[in-house]
Amino acid sequence: MREFLHQYGAQIARLTFEHVWLTASAMLFAAAIGLPLGILLTRKQGLARPVLAVANVLQTIPSLALFGLLLPVPFLGDRAARLAIVALTGYALLPILRNTYTGIRGVDPVLVDVSNALGMSDLQRLVKVELPLAASVILAGLRTATVTCVGVATIAAAVGAGGLGELIFRGVASVDNGLVLAGAIPAALLALCADGVLGLVEKRLAVRR
Amino acid sequence: MATQEVEFAQVSFTVEGGRQLLSDISLTVEAGTTTALLGRSGSGKTTLLRTVNALVRPTSGRVLVGGQDVAEADVIALRRGIGYVIQEAGLFPHMSVERNVGMALELAGKPKTEIAARAAEMLRWVGLPEDVAKRQPWQLSGGQRQRVGLARALASDPKVLLMDEPFGALDPLTRAEIRAMVRELLEVAVKTTLIVTHDLDEALYLADRVVLLEAGRIVADLAAGDVLESTNDAMRAYVAATWRGDAA
Repeated sequence: MREFLHQYGAQIARLTFEHVWLTASAMLFAAAIGLPLGILLTRKQGLARPVLAVANVLQTIPSLALFGLLLPVPFLGDRAARLAIVALTGYALLPILRNTYTGIRGVDPVLVDVSNALGMSDLQRLVKVELPLAASVILAGLRTATVTCVGVATIAAAVGAGGLGELIFRGVASVDNGLVLAGAIPAALLALCADGVLGLVEKRLAVRR
Repeated sequence: MATQEVEFAQVSFTVEGGRQLLSDISLTVEAGTTTALLGRSGSGKTTLLRTVNALVRPTSGRVLVGGQDVAEADVIALRRGIGYVIQEAGLFPHMSVERNVGMALELAGKPKTEIAARAAEMLRWVGLPEDVAKRQPWQLSGGQRQRVGLARALASDPKVLLMDEPFGALDPLTRAEIRAMVRELLEVAVKTTLIVTHDLDEALYLADRVVLLEAGRIVADLAAGDVLESTNDAMRAYVAATWRGDAA
């Protein structure tokens, strides 16, 4: 064990960092797109169904296939990390989009009424009432997306984007279970950590009635 | 001549699918008076009330508030001048009582100290202890919540007050207490008040005038004092069906 860590420790650390970087970048993009788009969908109801359908389809594409499909795309195919981040963003988008939309739509219509009756503008209602009340649902979406991303990011190694998947793929190729675990265990721990931390934040944001 | 604070002119409202909730309602409510919109569930009384603050837009006809057509008014400014009280209060669960009460002032961009002072004043007005201000709505009883709802509606000192079954969710004792408080408040702070209720006793206790609705039409329109002796068929039927004597 000690010998193993001595041999691979630095590599595991570097790949974990890469993994976190891939996931975090993708989450940043997904949130930057998903949150405003989710809000927009609550304002333009007609768009909600088609947009959510597209995000849904995106989610169902097998990850390995998506990475492969994006490979020949110019600009994306040039750099593996770039491609991986775009693919991961696609996967993270649906939970964020869906939870933002349903979270806001799920706000008690009586409170929406009262907000309007008090003379709130649309933006004031969003900021003062809808977002705070939907916050825990929206965060649950970010949490699901993060955990998915950490998992799918292991596949990114297949296109050479690095991350902990690299150890797993190498382990599989050389029938070395130790190597597979060296990639899988940190990846699982990352997912658990992200899940735990975001779960705590989610609980804090929940509004008691 | 008394000013006409709220006026309905041939107001009709039809929902998608063709069901008509309001048919040709014309009614003038004079400033400073309290009018009860009485009727059973589905009679259109809540819908009529909600045309005043433009939560419902009539399909035809006009609603005037302070002489201005609601359809042409700046809806945000209009609503800020109208207090709105509903059943179970509809307090924002994520805000303190103080912030709930001061919301109208917060929206108007008033400084924090002024908002806090006004909220404290309003809470005194509705008979709540000072320490309630820092609490969250879930920590209050139903009656206290309803008082906070009233304080919130009155905080911006609106000319018009709309109340939709404001005592509907309360137990009889709390209901009686808050009703008495509202009556006192309305005597001190003169508002043009429209109150929706199915409770005749409540209508007679609070209102100067009682308007009875049935299936989206006005079927009786009487001074409160004339209701019990009325010869109007619809009103006589309502009185006969619901009146249990002077409980107020």
